[in-house]
Amino acid sequence: MTAATVGLEIDGRAVTVPADATVLGAAQAAGIEVPTLCWHEKVAVYGGCRLCVVEVEGRAGPRLVVACGYPVAEGLRVRTRSPRVDRTRRTILELTAPLVTDDACLKGKLRRFAEEYGADAGRFAAGAVPDPTGCTLCGLCVHTCAEVVGAQAIGFAGRGMDRQVVYFPDAGCEYRSCKKCFSVCFTGKIARESAATVFPGASIREWLAAHGVAVHSLRAFMERRR
Amino acid sequence: MAEASEYEAALAEIRAGVARAVARHRGDPGLLIQMLLELQAEFRWLPEELIAELARALGVPLARIYRVATFYKAFSLAPKGRHVLRVCTGAACQVRGAALVVAVAEQLLKVARGETTPDMRWTLETVNCVGCCPIAPVVLCGDDYHGKVTPAAVRELLAKYA
Amino acid sequence: MPRLASVADLEALRERLRTAADAGRARIAVCTGTACHAYGCEAVADAFERAVAERGLAGTLAVRRTGCHGFCERGTWVAVHPEDTCYDRVDPADAGRIVDAVAAGAVAEDLVYADPVSGARIARAADIPFYRRQQRTVLGPNRWLDPGDIEDYVRGGGYAALARVLSGMRPEEVIAAVGAAGLRGRGGAGFPTGAKWEAARRAGGAPKWVVVNCDEGDPGAYMDRSLMEGNPHAVLEGLAIGAYAVGARGGVMYVRWEYPLATRNADRAIVQAREYGLLGERVLGTDFAFDVRVHRGAGAFVSGEETAMLAAIEGRPGEPSLKYVYPAERGLHGKPTVINNVETWANVPLIVERGPTWFGSLGTARSKGTKIFSLVGKVNNTGLVEVPMGMTLRELVYDVGGGIPRGRRFKALQIGGPSGGIVGEEALDTPVDFEALTAIGAMMGSGGIVVMDDTTCVVAAVRDLVAFCHDEVCGKCVPGREGMRLLRGWMDDICAGRADASVLARVPDVTEVMREASLCALCVTATNPVQTSLRYFSAEYAAHVEGRRCPAKVCPDLLEYRISAQKCDVACTACLQNCPTEGAILGRKGTRKQIDQEKCVKCGVCIEVCPTRFTAVAKFSGEPVPKAFRTVPA
Repeated sequence: MTAATVGLEIDGRAVTVPADATVLGAAQAAGIEVPTLCWHEKVAVYGGCRLCVVEVEGRAGPRLVVACGYPVAEGLRVRTRSPRVDRTRRTILELTAPLVTDDACLKGKLRRFAEEYGADAGRFAAGAVPDPTGCTLCGLCVHTCAEVVGAQAIGFAGRGMDRQVVYFPDAGCEYRSCKKCFSVCFTGKIARESAATVFPGASIREWLAAHGVAVHSLRAFMERRR
Repeated sequence: MAEASEYEAALAEIRAGVARAVARHRGDPGLLIQMLLELQAEFRWLPEELIAELARALGVPLARIYRVATFYKAFSLAPKGRHVLRVCTGAACQVRGAALVVAVAEQLLKVARGETTPDMRWTLETVNCVGCCPIAPVVLCGDDYHGKVTPAAVRELLAKYA
Repeated sequence: MPRLASVADLEALRERLRTAADAGRARIAVCTGTACHAYGCEAVADAFERAVAERGLAGTLAVRRTGCHGFCERGTWVAVHPEDTCYDRVDPADAGRIVDAVAAGAVAEDLVYADPVSGARIARAADIPFYRRQQRTVLGPNRWLDPGDIEDYVRGGGYAALARVLSGMRPEEVIAAVGAAGLRGRGGAGFPTGAKWEAARRAGGAPKWVVVNCDEGDPGAYMDRSLMEGNPHAVLEGLAIGAYAVGARGGVMYVRWEYPLATRNADRAIVQAREYGLLGERVLGTDFAFDVRVHRGAGAFVSGEETAMLAAIEGRPGEPSLKYVYPAERGLHGKPTVINNVETWANVPLIVERGPTWFGSLGTARSKGTKIFSLVGKVNNTGLVEVPMGMTLRELVYDVGGGIPRGRRFKALQIGGPSGGIVGEEALDTPVDFEALTAIGAMMGSGGIVVMDDTTCVVAAVRDLVAFCHDEVCGKCVPGREGMRLLRGWMDDICAGRADASVLARVPDVTEVMREASLCALCVTATNPVQTSLRYFSAEYAAHVEGRRCPAKVCPDLLEYRISAQKCDVACTACLQNCPTEGAILGRKGTRKQIDQEKCVKCGVCIEVCPTRFTAVAKFSGEPVPKAFRTVPA
C-alpha cells in the first residue's frame, strides 16, 4: 500500500485517495456513481466506451476526460455531472443502442443509463449497423479471458468497422467449468446466444470467410486448385 | 499419394520459413509485425498453417497472432493473385479521378476491389496515399509505379503483365 | 571506410573529401524518388552514367542518384550543379546531349525546364517561379545529395551538428537551443519540441527512447517520404542529437509499409552510420552510446498516433490507448520516449549549426522556421515546397503553385489532410501559421495541401476524406467508430442523392460527441473537413440534398453521360471500342451512339476518348437535357 495520498474535489466534495488512484476509483470511494460500460475492477483499464467522461479543470479551461483512466492529482477539481457531461453521455448511449437492439428496447444497465440521461435509443437506428449484433465491443469478455482466466480463447479480430470478438476453437477454453465471459457481458448476448456452453460468437474461420477470405488454409487452397 | 506429399512439401517449406523468420528476430514476440511482413513477402499470403506454426514457434496464443494479422492491411490471409493491382485512392488521386480508374479496373477484371480473379492472375486493391500525388492518379503493380493513369489507359496497363 | 574515433577524425574526413581531386566535379543529379520511378528514372540514371563513361568524362563529371527534388509532376527531373540547371521530363535518350552540353559548359536549351504557364524555357532553378519564393533549408540537399553515400552527406557538412553537440554541449544546452528556436512539431499538432524533450529528460526510467514518426498517411502528403528517401542522414543526425539531449540509448524509425524506398534508404543510412562510428557504443569516440533500427509499418493510418505507434513497435496492434500520461514520461516499454515527426528531426541539426536566433528569424511570432508542404491537385506547379511560416495560402497557390491550370477557377483548398479542413476563397489570405489555420477551422496538419477547382465537387471530396477516416479507424471507442459509421453513411447518401435535410440536422450532434469524447485525435479531427465544408460550402450541400444535383458534375449517382446526336460522328466507334461495360453504349459503326443509363457505370472513358473535333459526350446533373442529347429508342 502506497503511503502517498492525494486530496481532490469531486462534485464539491473533498476526497482523499492513494496517489496512484484514478478519478473513477476516487468517485467510487466517495460513493459517487459514474456510469461505465467497459470498465471492470478485475481487468486493466481499456477506455473504449467513453461513457465515464467527467469534467476536469485544466490549464486551457474545463475539458472532458474518461474517469476510468484519468490519474488523480493534488487539488484536482472534478465534476461528474454537468450539461456538457450529460449531453455527451446521452449521445454515447444513443450511438451504442443500435448495436444492441433494432427496436429501441434496451435492457439491464444500458436501459437504466438511457433512462437516466434521457437517451433516445432509436435516434440513430437508421444508418447505423444493418443488424444489431448485441455486442458493443466493450472488450470485457476478451480482457477477462486474457487477464483473469489466462486462456485467450476469444479475442478481437479486424479493425474499425470490421472489428469483432471471435472464438479460437483450438485455444484452451475450459468452457464446461469457466463461463467467466458470460458473467461480464452486460448486454446478455453471450448467455442468451450460447447454444451449449461455449462462446457463441463467430470462430476465427467464420470471421475470415465473412471478410473476403474464402480460402484460408494451404490445404483448402491446394484442393481448390485441383 | 501425390497430393498429400505435395501438401506435406509445401507445409515443410512454411515451417522452414517460419523458423528462419523467428531466428532472424531472435524469437522476440515484440517483433511479430516484422516477422509477419517478411513471411508475407516470402509466401505471398499467410495461410492458417503458417499462423499456427508461428504461434507455436514463438510460444504465443493464436489469438495474439490473428489479432495483429487481421488488424493491418498489409497482411493477406487469403491467397493473392500473381499480380496485385493497387489503385491509390488518396485525396490527390481522388481529385484527379482515381474512382474512375477503379471502376474501369473492376469492369475489365470482373472483380470488385479487394477480390482476386478466379484464374488467380489478378488481385485488385485500393491503397492509401503512396505519396506520389503530383503524378496522380497512381496505380501500383508489384514494384512498378504508374502515374497519370486515365480510365482509358487501364486496359493497356493490364496488358503489360503476363 | 574509416571508422571515425573522434570529432577530429570527422573533420579530417570532411576536409579530405572537400579537397579531393574529384571534389570540384560538376554533378549531374538524377532524381530517383518514388514518383520519378514511375517515369523510369533508373534507366535515365544508367544512361547518364554510360554517356559519361563513353566520353571518358568521369574525372570532371559525377552522376549521382538523389532523393526526391519535389517537382514530381515533371519527372524524371535532373539538376546539374553547380550552376543548378534544371532539366525536366528527361528520357534516357536525352542523356548524351545533356552530358555534351555540361562538358562544354553550356546548356541543352530544348531540354531545359519549360514553365507550364508561359512556355518559356528557364534554365536555372533560382529563376523558376516554383523555386523562387521557396526557402528550402531542409529540402535543399535533396537536389544534389546522394542518400546512399554517407560521405556525400559529410562532404556537404553533415554530422557537424552532432560533432558540435558532442564537443562539450551539455544536454540541457541542446534542449535550451531547440526551445529557444521555437521549433514545433511538424507532424500536425505543433507541440513545442523543446518542452517535449525537457519532459523526457526530467522523467525517471531507463532506457529512454527516441522515435521517428514516418507513418505519414495523410492522403496528398509526401514530405516525409521525400526526406526519408532523399536525406535519411539528416533525420538520423537530428535523432542522435535528440537522444543525447534526453538521455536515450535507442532509437526507432517507424516507416510506413507503403514507403519501401524510404525503408531501404533508412536501413542503408543506419548501416553506414554504424560503419563510420556515428552510431554504436562510442559515437565519434565519446561516451555517448546510441543505436537505431527501422520498424516497418503494416498498413494502418491510425498507427501514426503516438500511443498507437508505440504499441506497434512493441508488436501489438497499432491502436491508441489513453494518453493522460504522455509518452515523454511513459512510452516505449513503459520508459520515457520522445516521438517526433521526420521533418521535426530534420530541423534539429540546422538549429544546432546555425543557432536558434537564425531559426527564429524565419516565420511568424508563434510559428517559427519553415514548413514543407506538398502542393498538389489542380495547380500548375505541383510538388514539394518549403516556405517560411507566415506565407499566405494565396501566395502558395498562385505565386509558388502558379495558379490553376487550363483556365479554370479556384474553388477550394484542403489543408491538413483528413484532419484538416476544406476552405474557400475567403480563407486564401490566411498565413500558414499553426494558430491562424486553427482559427479558420482548418489545421496545419502534416502539410498536405490539395487545391481544387470548379470541376471538383467539395461534397465528394469531403465524402472521400470521411471514407478514408472511416476505413482507418481502429474501432476501439464508441464515439469514433459509431460516429464515423454514421458520417460515412450520411456523406454517401448525400453524394448519391438519397439524403434529405434531416441528415444535415443530425450531423452537428455526432461531430460534437466525436470532438468531445473520442479516444484519440483521429476521430476528433476527422470532423474538421465536415465542419469546415458545411461552413464554407453550404450551397453545394444544398444542391446535392435539395436539388439532387452535383454542380461540379462529379458525383456519379447524380450524373448522366449522354451523347449528342448532332455531334456524334456515325463513322466513329471510339467510345464503343473503349467502353469497359458490355452493352452500355448502343449503336455501331454507321449509327449514332447512345448510352444506356441503366448499364453505364459513369467511368468517364467515353468522354476521354471521344475525339476533340466531335466532343460529342457531355455530363448532365439535375438539369434539363437538351434535345440533341435525349435518348431515342433504337
